[in-house]
Amino acid sequence: MAEELNLLKMSNQDIKEEFNITVYTENQIGLLNRIAIIFTRRKINFDSLNTSPSEVDRIHRFNIVITETEDVVRKLCRQIEKQVEVLKVYYHTNEDVIWQEMALYKVSTDVIAEKVSVERLLRENGARAVVIRKDYTVFETTGHREETDNLISILQPYGLIEFVRSARVAIIKDSEGFNAKLREFERLEPGEDVIENEFLNDGDKVFTM
Amino acid sequence: MEAVQETTSTKDIAEIAKEPVEAKELTGSEALLEALVIEGVDTIFGYPGGAIMPIYDALFDYGDKLNHILVRHEQGGIHAGQGYARTSGKVGVVFATSGPGATNLVTGLADAQIDSTPLVCITGQVFAHLLGTDAFQETDVINITTPVTKWNYQVTDANEIPEVIAKAFYIARSGRPGPVLVDITKNAQVQKFNYKGYTPCNHIRSYRPKPIVRAKYVQQAAELINQAKKPFVIWGQGVILGGAEQEFKTFIEKSGIPSAWTILGAGAIPTDHPLSVGMLGMHGNYGPNVLTNECDVLIAIGMRFDDRVTGRLDKYAKQAKVVHLDIDPAEIDKNVKTTVPVWGDCKETLPMLTELVEQKTHTEWLNKFHDYMQQEVDTVIHTELNPTTPELTMGEVIRELNELTHGDAVIVTDVGQHQMVACRYAQLNKTRSNITSGGLGTMGFALPAAIGAKFGAKDRDVIAIIGDGGFQMTLQELGTIMQTGIDVKIIILNNHFLGMVRQWQELFNRRRYSFVDIDSPDFVKLASAYGIPGKLIADRAELPAVLKEMMDTKGSFLLEVSVTKENNVFPMVPQGCSVAEIRLK
Repeated sequence: MAEELNLLKMSNQDIKEEFNITVYTENQIGLLNRIAIIFTRRKINFDSLNTSPSEVDRIHRFNIVITETEDVVRKLCRQIEKQVEVLKVYYHTNEDVIWQEMALYKVSTDVIAEKVSVERLLRENGARAVVIRKDYTVFETTGHREETDNLISILQPYGLIEFVRSARVAIIKDSEGFNAKLREFERLEPGEDVIENEFLNDGDKVFTM
Repeated sequence: MEAVQETTSTKDIAEIAKEPVEAKELTGSEALLEALVIEGVDTIFGYPGGAIMPIYDALFDYGDKLNHILVRHEQGGIHAGQGYARTSGKVGVVFATSGPGATNLVTGLADAQIDSTPLVCITGQVFAHLLGTDAFQETDVINITTPVTKWNYQVTDANEIPEVIAKAFYIARSGRPGPVLVDITKNAQVQKFNYKGYTPCNHIRSYRPKPIVRAKYVQQAAELINQAKKPFVIWGQGVILGGAEQEFKTFIEKSGIPSAWTILGAGAIPTDHPLSVGMLGMHGNYGPNVLTNECDVLIAIGMRFDDRVTGRLDKYAKQAKVVHLDIDPAEIDKNVKTTVPVWGDCKETLPMLTELVEQKTHTEWLNKFHDYMQQEVDTVIHTELNPTTPELTMGEVIRELNELTHGDAVIVTDVGQHQMVACRYAQLNKTRSNITSGGLGTMGFALPAAIGAKFGAKDRDVIAIIGDGGFQMTLQELGTIMQTGIDVKIIILNNHFLGMVRQWQELFNRRRYSFVDIDSPDFVKLASAYGIPGKLIADRAELPAVLKEMMDTKGSFLLEVSVTKENNVFPMVPQGCSVAEIRLK
């Protein structure tokens, strides 16, 4: 049984899935490059990268999405956290975060005006018009990847002129935010934060010899 | 890797800095040099050029406080800075100009980054208003050096200089040390500003130099060690960088655990210590490699499981529980899965561990290492050190050298066969005695690094051991020796080949010797052109006397030793093999 569990664990480790990496940083020129090269050096591509302010004044927040195994993601996070201007790094699977991506769609206004069904389809997909001009209309929708993708295929037959999707932003479900953490960082003493170790998490099992 | 010992204690610096400084007008260049003086810098390795001229102009008036060594190439400058940092334990300081001056630093930065050497490099840069215009000697130094620096920063306003230099020194020397580069635009160098004194840095909000020590893990590590029947310690440069040599010695002596070193850990305790069982890795000793796959608890201290140490990872110490002591959390589980991670500076964690481990001897287990060593002596070492062939071997040169140095000299090596031989056989009694390019394997490292090493340890003998290939990569630094009159002994072990590559071609490429046959100039004549005495020998009988002549010579000396052309370094763990598959021949 224990062996089976081990096998299961091994195989889980080898499975690539989407991970959301949240990086809290100082706002410094060149830091984006410093973080980006940690990925590119290992030939890992970004699925999505977003930088924005965070809940704390003057602290920046990166949201990075990559598809990798957890083992690789953990190592990447430690390398990121090693950078002088990085305060803290977290990684989560899609289940552990609430995430959204925004998309814009440009469609010919004539087509919309002619075909009532288009308006219905847009409404059904939660899209709203941002700009309506004589020649074209721009719709916006926000949601998961499948939802924004779905609207592309729906609009395609009606002559989708232009499409763009934003990077992903994600909020960690199980997080109390960074304000308390930052106070800890501002003290001289290093934090008590434990870096997970899978062997230690197994507790007593490891120490039987 | 562990924190560097702060030779200039921050307290001293803080006291100097506290002396009230009346706000005065200084140029950016003057503020930089003031900062260096307060940081306790005594030596700078550098090369001037257009974009750093204002700093050099200010330096003209600092001759009594800052000794600037004019090198012959910026790569030589940075390797000298590394050698200085490695022997002195202080931060090495390097100046270079913009463009080509700065790009010539890149190899040294990469070397210092991978070997955790504390450096602060100052590069000049074109005027801020010219940035991005492809101005004369403009290169994007910050982006070029980002992957090979611990931190870098571009200064465009003189007001930033005191704070940025303070940060640079703090980052370079604290935690796991590393190279820092500060790029200063020419306008900031000449700009006058209201200088309010220099405050050294000891805290950056987002930067944890060392993780907090968790007593729980230390305790768990001690439990594992106390239960172990065949514990094995492997240590690296972290012990030296942390200044924890004594703490380390106390730990292994109490626990009685056989201990082996990585190439950069060599010399942390004397090589002839009874518990020191030899070198790890591709060309390390037989026992430490084989028994890595037999021990029950592997205790790694301030080392990072480089692939040259582990060999094939999926067959590395799979039977063992692994305890890993390291200051850099990113090293834990990076290559080898850890059973108990002991985060922290080993200067702090080792005494905690020593307290909890039982006093023990592991005689039977230690004897196993001795048995393997005997096999290695019989098959490899004896013939290497006492050859009967007409030609000299590299090993016997090192053996003779040991007789003269008694292990007290600083040994600086380049990269290749001679490096492996020197690191295997050199006797080292003192810490900070083995200066070599470990992680990056930079040929051309040794000559400039030896110059820097001597400036960092002026009371010690410094001997550079270099191959004929590597010497030709940075031989221009003979000019630096000439001009400074520094005392560096140079031994060129000339096998007329790029020996390590030739060895691989012999063993793995069916002796297809592709471009490894290398001609050399008359090295003795070359030295003589620089006013450095020298000798070439090929005869065994002459070796002891000539080595003695070299050591007795006041000032530098170049000794070229013609050695066997096609000798191989053994033992060897072939690439892609497990450490247990180490070959004796």
